[in-house]
Amino acid sequence: MRSYLYEYELVSPPNLAEALALMAREPGAWKPFAGGTDLMVLLEAGKLPHKKFFSLWHLRELKGIRISPEAVTLGALTTYTEVLRHPVLQQEFPLLWRAAAETGGVATQNRGTLGGNIANASPAADSPPALLVYDAELELMSARGSRWVPYHGFHTGYKQMDLRSDELIRSLRLPRVTRSRKHYYRKVGARKAQAISKVVFAGVAELEGDVVRDIRIAVGSVAPTVLRCVRTESVLRGHKVNPATIAGAQAALAGEIAPIDDIRSTMSYRRRVSLNLLEDFLQSCLDSKR
Amino acid sequence: MPDDGRKVSVACTVNGREHTLRVHPLARLLDVLREELHLTGSKEGCGEGECGACSVLINGELVNSCLVPALQVDGARITTIEGIAPADALHAVQDAFIEAGGSQCGICTPGMIVAAVNLLERVPEPTEEDIRVGLAGNLCRCTGYTKIFEAVVRACRQTRPQVKA
Repeated sequence: MRSYLYEYELVSPPNLAEALALMAREPGAWKPFAGGTDLMVLLEAGKLPHKKFFSLWHLRELKGIRISPEAVTLGALTTYTEVLRHPVLQQEFPLLWRAAAETGGVATQNRGTLGGNIANASPAADSPPALLVYDAELELMSARGSRWVPYHGFHTGYKQMDLRSDELIRSLRLPRVTRSRKHYYRKVGARKAQAISKVVFAGVAELEGDVVRDIRIAVGSVAPTVLRCVRTESVLRGHKVNPATIAGAQAALAGEIAPIDDIRSTMSYRRRVSLNLLEDFLQSCLDSKR
Repeated sequence: MPDDGRKVSVACTVNGREHTLRVHPLARLLDVLREELHLTGSKEGCGEGECGACSVLINGELVNSCLVPALQVDGARITTIEGIAPADALHAVQDAFIEAGGSQCGICTPGMIVAAVNLLERVPEPTEEDIRVGLAGNLCRCTGYTKIFEAVVRACRQTRPQVKA
């Protein structure tokens, strides 16, 4: 059933300082509202428990993509469309570009934001696996100041985050890597477009011949949070890619993920597909044409 | 009027006309367009951003109006299906939908046309893949999409002079 609108508030602080002051005055009372692609759905369904929001959409301090020699810094309000239109992101962070392309249709890409995708904290979100394998850092800001934290570890449990009640996500930073890397992204859903994932897999690897020098693997929809698979990575790092190491890595991954049965898929399907995608990723590392 | 104090003023331009509306800040843009401005061309299909029947343009960008809170269109320029072409005229995309049979029951058609017009503004000569991606957020349960894609191809032929061999 639709929510009764007059139980809800949405205010519009004129700038970031005022927004942070609002959060500081009543910690936990006010929550940020970005493009609305998740929150409006919950509101319409009568499933939005929080009642007081402030709009971020017009805040310039949270917008824009800045490029430095060391890093790309993206305002939390960066939309998927802005990711898709940025040549440096397409070139150097192709998995983030792919995730943006596979999130909803054009209308959703115009309104959905990276900060919102992180703060909504869905384990099925499309962009977090890409952000995890690119070693993203988050700038968390409050009236007390700002702090940078690694994105890896930010999600502490289902819909739980290392975000204090007076803080919001201001920006994300991706370190630039000039070394040649293999990038791999697969989103598996009920259909190719406009579907929420059953499994989403992102991988980045640096190889020397067939030896894994460094590797990052992250998966979504198979645990209470989006998961960086550090044990699977450590099984592979420094080793040749061959059937034995692939089998070892699959065993490690099977121990790391914790898929469940839900409306979109089953535990066993998710486990099987995750292991298959890991194998496909590792095989692709050996094939220079893929 | 319940809790009228919770309403806010929102100033925006809709199809070239300026409006100042008194609305709840979380009212859906779709409802404001249909119920306050009586622009009933934008349809509600799913109400959760999956179907595209409520597609409109905000500052030239395609959005699902069911997911946009009224507060966030303060100062914005909105174009609905009613404003796609001048009064009593049809846009080339609308003509092409008629000629190609791109419309059957009609519920998806306003959103489909707004999305197609937006696509042709961004990509004047789309490939079939561009058309599929550009309209991926608009669902149709009648046509099977082929006639819709044909209409978009036909529309871009009409808006550009033919190249003679």
